[in-house]
Amino acid sequence: MNLVVARPEGLYCPPGDFYIDPWRPVERAVITHAHSDHARRGHRHYLAHTDSAGTLRARLGADIDLQTLPYGEAIVHHGVRLSLHPAGHVLGSAQVRLEHGGHVWVASGDYKLQDDGTCAPFEAVRCDTFITESTFGLPIYRWPAQQVLFADIDGWWRANAQAGRASVLFCYAFGKAQRILHGVDAGIGPIVVHGAVEPLNAVYRAAGVRLPPTRRVTDEGVDAALLRTALVLAPPSAQGTPWMRRFGAYADAFASGWMQLRGTRRRRGVDRGFVMSDHADWPGLLQAIGATGAERVFVTHGSVAVLVRWLTEQGLQAQGFQTEYGEEDEADAPPSQPAAAAAPADPA
Amino acid sequence: MKDFAALYRALDATTSSLAKQAALQQYLRQAAPADAAWAVYFLAGGKPRQLVPTRLLRQIAREAAGLPEWLFDESYEAVGDLAETISLLLPAPDEAHDLGLAPWVEQHLLPLRQVPAETLPAVLRAQWRQLAVDERLVYFKLITGSFRVGVSRLQVTQALATVAAVDPKRIAQRLMGYTHIAGRPAAADYGRLVAPESESERDQQTSGQPYPFFLAHPLNLPVAEFEAALGPPQRWLVEWKWDGIRAQLVRRGGQAWVWSRGEELVTDRFPEVQEMAAALPEGTVLDGEIVVWRDERVQPFAELQKRIGRKTLGPKLLRELPVVLLAYDLLEEGGRDLRALPQAERRARLDALLAAARHPALIASPVLQGEHWAALATLREQARARGVEGMMLKAQDAQYGVGRTKDVGTWWKWKIDPLSVDAVLVYAQRGHGRRASLYSDYTFAVWDGPQGAAERRLVPFAKAYSGLTDAEMARVDAIIRKTTVESFGPVRSVTPTLVFELGFEGIARSTRHKSGIAVRFPRMLRWREDKPVAEADSLQTLAALLPRTDP
Repeated sequence: MNLVVARPEGLYCPPGDFYIDPWRPVERAVITHAHSDHARRGHRHYLAHTDSAGTLRARLGADIDLQTLPYGEAIVHHGVRLSLHPAGHVLGSAQVRLEHGGHVWVASGDYKLQDDGTCAPFEAVRCDTFITESTFGLPIYRWPAQQVLFADIDGWWRANAQAGRASVLFCYAFGKAQRILHGVDAGIGPIVVHGAVEPLNAVYRAAGVRLPPTRRVTDEGVDAALLRTALVLAPPSAQGTPWMRRFGAYADAFASGWMQLRGTRRRRGVDRGFVMSDHADWPGLLQAIGATGAERVFVTHGSVAVLVRWLTEQGLQAQGFQTEYGEEDEADAPPSQPAAAAAPADPA
Repeated sequence: MKDFAALYRALDATTSSLAKQAALQQYLRQAAPADAAWAVYFLAGGKPRQLVPTRLLRQIAREAAGLPEWLFDESYEAVGDLAETISLLLPAPDEAHDLGLAPWVEQHLLPLRQVPAETLPAVLRAQWRQLAVDERLVYFKLITGSFRVGVSRLQVTQALATVAAVDPKRIAQRLMGYTHIAGRPAAADYGRLVAPESESERDQQTSGQPYPFFLAHPLNLPVAEFEAALGPPQRWLVEWKWDGIRAQLVRRGGQAWVWSRGEELVTDRFPEVQEMAAALPEGTVLDGEIVVWRDERVQPFAELQKRIGRKTLGPKLLRELPVVLLAYDLLEEGGRDLRALPQAERRARLDALLAAARHPALIASPVLQGEHWAALATLREQARARGVEGMMLKAQDAQYGVGRTKDVGTWWKWKIDPLSVDAVLVYAQRGHGRRASLYSDYTFAVWDGPQGAAERRLVPFAKAYSGLTDAEMARVDAIIRKTTVESFGPVRSVTPTLVFELGFEGIARSTRHKSGIAVRFPRMLRWREDKPVAEADSLQTLAALLPRTDP
């Protein structure tokens, strides 16, 4: 029996009569994490990890009917035993484990394997059937180690600070920004964040994640002199807006997994691209899938066809699920435009 | 190698020519002369002969990466560049090296041509194990002969000139022949590039130095306003605007030099012009346009391009595509700089000089006459039929200025509008380089019958990939993905929904095209979001644009 099937509303669990990250309004929705393409408006009841509560309420309304669960704790609904397990994607992100009639299914949501210190690291959960994302499902995507990445970012910031120009780093406001804050060497200079970033910093700090002090451009003492040595974190939507004028002749960079490709890097029109993703890279996807021990794999959003064919050739039973996560129809089609809204969507 | 890879990355990361210039100069100042010698060779466009056949390289790389062919191909599709794809797919390096660019090229890269196919995989893998991802990209770009990094030969010349404190035009002369395909530049060669100017180089009598080119401004006015803006036509020297290569011919000290507008020395490309120079007196500098000239008329620019693209100019090519210099200005006469003389005076001296020289490869660009601007406008309507781009208007009293200036007199270019039709996007293909993964190369079609005709179909007739802004292209890309009917490899057919105004420079009948028509330099002039597909143009519209002489 299939514990999850694809319906027009989203991924559906027939025996439990609930959906996982549905994209159309439904009665009961289990939310893997609070990014906007997974957590949508209009559902009657929400279930999510405890650490997602703050972001979900801030984004979807304080009055949503939300039930929360810590990692590893199970509830039973219509005979389906459901529990959440760390996905390592952003704060509160969870894989959904379903057990019913002797079968175990796990829906991954979005995940990454690197432990970045800002959320509970990914945990492999044994199952018969695994539903995986495939955003970066091509072997060209291999992420640098965390310390190499931050040595690069710190080096860039330090060189700019020495040259007396602001370092503007574009990154998604939810997840990526906090990961950067947590990882950079805050001794290099002051850190200034865009108005879209600070509320999410507060959520992370409240969850006990250590972040260095941050200021907003409107704070007292933030002047031209301070900005010359500052690291500025801003959502991609700020690129090319009047908000940028205050930074004078600044250096800019973009943090995303898509920065792995020279073409995307150049199209983004920034000085530097840092390869940083909150999704699994190709080795990460294969490692995660292998660690579940699953014999059957459903592949969602990203390089579905590629990953399905690869897994089939490795002897697994694999097939694709049509979903509406992510903004693009193919994994090889990185967002070619800065996202239109400051709201964190399709972080890569 | 690491420094050169870092330079590549720095050049690649920026579109600012100032930043590129700074990066180039910094590299040249720090590099060992032997490494700088090779860096200049590659950056200025030098390419060694193919080191490893591409098919073999692909196969060995694929095996080293442990991937099936289909997955390698999928990866290549997403990246859009073979060198980059391979550098991303190979296993991480597990050895280190500290060799400079020169030892890498001379000890590792160039010898690859002699390595037999059986041992090539082992040799290549041993090299790959030592290279970091950044270095690999440069390494594979050199191997695949696709080393391009958005730096022109002129920019390299400028960087060398700054580092050496020598006139850029002198550097350009020294760079002649430097990027030869079999070149093996060494430290001493680099030393000669950046050495102080010698006595003999500096001697004005024998130096090949050109003058800075004087450039024209575009004139975009209705003819009715010409009189008010420019005065009567008698104040202007009017000529055709030729579609060729702007060039200065320098004749001094028994030698001749041909310089193109980019202050690039192109003497080798035009042996007949070099030969013709012998008919000119010592101390002469002419300004004009090099064109292919046959049957007493100028031939399309595409003909000239056939010559420019060739590495060697055989006798057959020289016979079939002969060039002449259409001279229109005299900058130096008897060793004397004439640039401060008025245009009319220089032209009179030019005509006298040309009459005395009487050489078939040297033709005076004719002066056009018109009582009124309206008469000249009528004459300009012949431009397309004559194969020229429009007219040039040069103030009779203009001195020969420097660059695009108006301080000592003005040159105007009065170009004709391109031909255009409204066409429908029917196929799209992903681009390369900066546009990899983006559907940026399009095939356009027109209807094979007029509007209202029964069962009319769209017939593809041209491909174009330029003319859109990045923002427009991103929107078009999104629509293509949503309206895809079928994918064949990198190409997608789409439901016709997008109409573009397509501009082109020439149109001719063609038996090689399904539409029966070939257009030259097609490009997108604008996106006609206002126009439904049914209102796009037809083959009949295109046929009406054919020159009347074309049956």
